[in-house]
Amino acid sequence: MIPLSAPSREFTQSNPVKQQGALAGLHLDLPLLSGLILLCSFGLIVLYSASDQSMVQVERQLIRLGLAFAVMVIVAQIPPQQLRYWSPWLFAIGILMLIAVLVFGHIGKGAQRWLDLGLFRFQPSELMKLAVPMMVAWFLSEARLPPDWRRLLIAALLIIIPVLMIAKQPDLGTSLLVASAGIFVLFLAGVRWRLIGSFVALLGALAPVLWYLMRDYQRQRVLTFLNPENDPLGSGYHIIQSKIAIGSGGIYGKGWLNGTQSHLDFLPESSTDFIFAVLAEEFGLAGILVLLAIYLFIILRGLYIATQAHDTYGRLLGGALTLVVFVYLFVNTGMVTGLLPVVGVPLPLVSYGGTSLVTLMAGFGILMSIHTHRKLLPT
Amino acid sequence: MPEPSIKDHARESRTLTHRAIISALIVVILLGTLILRLTHLQITNHDHFTTLSHENRVKLVPLPPTRGLIYDRNGVILAQNLPTHSLEITPEQVKDIDQTLAGLAQIITITEDDLNRFQRLRKQKRRFDSIPIKVHLNEKDVARFAVNRHHFPGVDIQARLLRDYPQGVATAHVVGYVARINERELKTIDTSNYAGTSHIGKTGLEKTYEDILHGKVGMRQVEVNALGRVIRILENQPPVPGKDIHLHIDAQLQAITTKAFGDKNGAAVAINPNTGGILALVSKPGYDPNLFVEGISSTAYNALQQSDDNPLFDRALRGQYPPGSTAKPFIGLAGLETNTITFNKKKFCPGFFQLPKHEHKYRDWKKHGHGLTDMEKSIEQSCDVYYYNLAHEMGIDKMSSFLSQFGFGEKTMIDLTGELPGLLPSREWKRRRRNIAWYPGETVIMGIGQGYFLTTPLQLANATATLASKGIHRTPQIVKFITHTSQSEGEIPPQTEPRQIPVIKQKNWDDMTFAMSQVVQGIRGTARNIRTKEYLIAAKTGTAQVFTVKQDEEYDEETVSEKMRDHALFIAFAPIKNPQIAVAVIVEHGGHGGSVAAPIARTIMDHYLLNDSTDKAQEQQ
Repeated sequence: MIPLSAPSREFTQSNPVKQQGALAGLHLDLPLLSGLILLCSFGLIVLYSASDQSMVQVERQLIRLGLAFAVMVIVAQIPPQQLRYWSPWLFAIGILMLIAVLVFGHIGKGAQRWLDLGLFRFQPSELMKLAVPMMVAWFLSEARLPPDWRRLLIAALLIIIPVLMIAKQPDLGTSLLVASAGIFVLFLAGVRWRLIGSFVALLGALAPVLWYLMRDYQRQRVLTFLNPENDPLGSGYHIIQSKIAIGSGGIYGKGWLNGTQSHLDFLPESSTDFIFAVLAEEFGLAGILVLLAIYLFIILRGLYIATQAHDTYGRLLGGALTLVVFVYLFVNTGMVTGLLPVVGVPLPLVSYGGTSLVTLMAGFGILMSIHTHRKLLPT
Repeated sequence: MPEPSIKDHARESRTLTHRAIISALIVVILLGTLILRLTHLQITNHDHFTTLSHENRVKLVPLPPTRGLIYDRNGVILAQNLPTHSLEITPEQVKDIDQTLAGLAQIITITEDDLNRFQRLRKQKRRFDSIPIKVHLNEKDVARFAVNRHHFPGVDIQARLLRDYPQGVATAHVVGYVARINERELKTIDTSNYAGTSHIGKTGLEKTYEDILHGKVGMRQVEVNALGRVIRILENQPPVPGKDIHLHIDAQLQAITTKAFGDKNGAAVAINPNTGGILALVSKPGYDPNLFVEGISSTAYNALQQSDDNPLFDRALRGQYPPGSTAKPFIGLAGLETNTITFNKKKFCPGFFQLPKHEHKYRDWKKHGHGLTDMEKSIEQSCDVYYYNLAHEMGIDKMSSFLSQFGFGEKTMIDLTGELPGLLPSREWKRRRRNIAWYPGETVIMGIGQGYFLTTPLQLANATATLASKGIHRTPQIVKFITHTSQSEGEIPPQTEPRQIPVIKQKNWDDMTFAMSQVVQGIRGTARNIRTKEYLIAAKTGTAQVFTVKQDEEYDEETVSEKMRDHALFIAFAPIKNPQIAVAVIVEHGGHGGSVAAPIARTIMDHYLLNDSTDKAQEQQ
C-alpha cells in the first residue's frame, strides 16, 4: 500500500494533474475536455444545418449537452474506488430494471425500451452500457489476470445475459454496444489470442442461427445492406440517398447550409442517425477528416488514460469505455457510408438526441475520474 | 517491493498497454478503411453522385403559352381564353375524401361523369396536386361554395383559362375549335413545345393557324424536395404567347347570313374581289364549338354526327354541288373569248335541243322555249337550249380549259384546312379516271352546269370574284393580318400573287357583266326580285338537280319531296362599276335560285355595301 501522503516516484513523474491548475480541483482532464468541446461545437454547427436551421432544435441539443456535461463533471468527482465498489450493485439494479422493462415497459416505435418512472422515462439499456463493463472489470480485477477459464465463463455470462435481454426488446444497436463494451474488457484483460480466434470462429458458425433468431425487419436491413439498389424506394432508400449526399459532397463539400440532399428532405433522419451524411455533403471529405481527427484524438487520449490508470479496474474500464466510443463511431459511419447494415446507432456527441449523450458523457466522466484521482488511489 | 501482487500488477499493466496499442492500431486501420470508402464515394464517384443529387432536386416545369386570340375585321372577338372556375380537391389536405365528396354533393350538383373523371385523375396525379371535381362552375355554385368553404379544408375554387367562342354557331365552321390533344396528334406534334399544353386546334382556323396561335412553351427549372413539392425557382424562361389573328370575316355578317337562311340548310361565301379576303363563310347548320373544348359528351356528339342536317359538315368548303345555271356566265364568256359565238348573235330556242342524228331531247326549263335568244337574253332568262348549243359548238376541250382558269376543279388554296377540289370534267379526266371516251351528250349538259361538273360554294364565289375583277384570280384569304402582343405592327400572312387570266377582248367581259346585270335589273331577269336602288348587282341564278327527271316527265316542285328538291344557287357581285363584294349562295333543296338564294345574297351585300362603308374605303386603297 502506498501511503496517501507519499506518492510513488513513478507517479510524480507522469502525473499531469498537478500541472492542470484550475481544472485539477474539478477532476477534469483538459485534453479530453477540449476534444469533447470541439466535437460538440462542430456537431452543433452541423445540427443547425441538418435541422433546417431550427434554433429550437439547436437550443434543445445545447440543453442536453449542458446536462450531459454536468453529469460528466459529477461523475468525474466520484473516485474510481467508489465506482468499483458500486459496480455489482449497479449491475444488479440494471438487470432488475431490464426485467421490469420486459414485463411492463413502455412501447415506443415498436420496441419495448422505456421504463416509465412517473416523472421521466428511463431506458435501462443505456445504464447497461456502463454497468456491464463496470461489472466485468470489477469481476476480473478481483482475481489474477489473465482470467482462468472458469472466471472467463462467468464473465461471458455477465455479458450475454443483459445483451440477450436488450436484444429481445428489440434493440440491436444497444445490445451490440453493450456486448462490445463487455468484450473489450475481456480483450484488455489479456484473454489469449487462441481464445479470441475460437470466439470469432464460433461467431461465424453461429451466424445462420443468428439469422434465424432475427426479426423480419432486422433481416430486411441485412438484405438491404447487401444490395440497396434492389429496393430503391423501400428499405434501400436510406442508404442510396445517404450515399448520394456523401458522394455529391466531394472534397470540399457544397458549403454549410447548402446541402440539397438534407435540406430538400431526400436524406432521411438527417439530424439523428444520418447526420454524418449531412456533414459529408456540406463540408466534403475535408470536413470529415477534421471530424475523424477529433474522434481519433479523443479515442487515443482515452486509451492513453487507460494505460496510465493506477489499478486494473480503472485500466480495463477506461479502455473498454473508450473503445465503445469507437464502436459507436464506426457502426454509425459504416452504416451511413454503406459499409455496414443499417443499425440504429447515433454518431456519438453529434447526432441529435439525449439518451446516449448522457451515457457517453458519464463514460467520459469515469475516464476523467480515473485519470485525476490517481494520486489519491491506494494500490 | 517484491510482493507478488505488485508483480502481477506490473504484468497486467504491460498486458493492457500492449492490448491498448493493438486496439489503437485496429482503430486506425478501421478509420483508414472508412476514409478509403469515403474517397471512393466523394472523389472517385463524385461526378456520378453529383448527377444523382441534381436529378433528385431539379425538375423542369413547362409553362404553357397563352393561345392567341382570333378577331374579325372589326375587332370583334371570335375566339378567346376565358378564366373559368372549377372546384378542385387537394387529396393531401383532405382527411376523408369520400366524406368530403358526399358533403360537396349536397351543395353542388356532382354528376357520375364528374366523379369518374376525378377518380381517374386522382390515380395519375400526386397527392398535393389539386384535381378538378367539377368544371365550369356558375356564379351560383361559386357563391354557394364560398359560403361553405370552411367545411371543406383542401377543397378550393381554381381559375383556369378555357378557350371560348363567343360567336358560337355563327363562326363555328370558320374558327373551328380546340380540344384535348389525342394520342394520334401526340405523334405528329413537337411534344417539347406542347409540354404543358392540353388543347390543340382540331378544325377550322384553330387547326390551320395552330402554329401561330399556340406560341412557344416556356420552361421553369425548379428545385423540388423529396415529396416533389416545389421549393424555389432556379430559372425561369417565360413562354411566348401565341399571336393574334385578325380576319377579313365580319362576325356580324356571319350571324346575319346564318339568320337569312331561315330553316334552310346551305352555304354562303362572300369575297372582296379586290383582295381575295373572305368576308363571310357560312355553312348552315352550324354547331356550338364550345361543346368540344372540355370534351363533348358522347350523347351530344352522336346527336350531331347522326343528324340528317349534318351540322359538322362544312358545306362552304367541302360541299360539292353541280353549279347548274350559275355556270352559264363562265361558259358564255368562254364562247365569246374562244370566238365560238358573238354577244349579239341570236339562236332559236324551241324548248329542247337534239344532237344531230340523236333522238334524245335535252329540255329547256321553259317548256315551249325562249324563241330567238342572244347572249344577254340567255343570261337574263337563263335559257338552257342556248347553252346546249354553245357547249356543243365549242366542244369540251375549249370549255374545260377556259373554265379551269377560274379555279374550277382545283382547291382554291384558302388558308383553311379541309376544302375539296370539286370536279371540272374533261376528256382527259374521263379517260384517266373512268377509262371511257367522252360522249358529246356530256358536253351538252355541261353547258348548263350539270353532269360531272361539281363546284364548292367557295370555288363558285371565288370564280365570281374573278369575273368581277375582270380576270384577276386571287387566292381567297381568311386571315387579314397577324399581331403579336408585344408589337403594334401587324404582319400580313404570306399570300400567293394574283394571277391575271389572259383577256382576249375586254369588251367580252364587259358584255357578260352587262348580261349579268340584266338578271337583277332587267324586266324579265330571274332575280329581279332583289333589285335595289342603292347599287347595281350583276348576278346569275341557278338550280342544281338532285334527282334526274325521266325523259318526257315533268319536274313538279309541289309533288317532289323536300329531300329530292333541287338545290337553289345564286352568284352575284356588286356594285357593277366598282365591284366590292362577290357572293355565292347555295340553299339545299331550296328550289329556284332567284326566289330563295338571291335574297340571302342581297342581305349579305346590303350589310357589306351599306353598313360597312368605312372599312371598305380603307381597303380600296
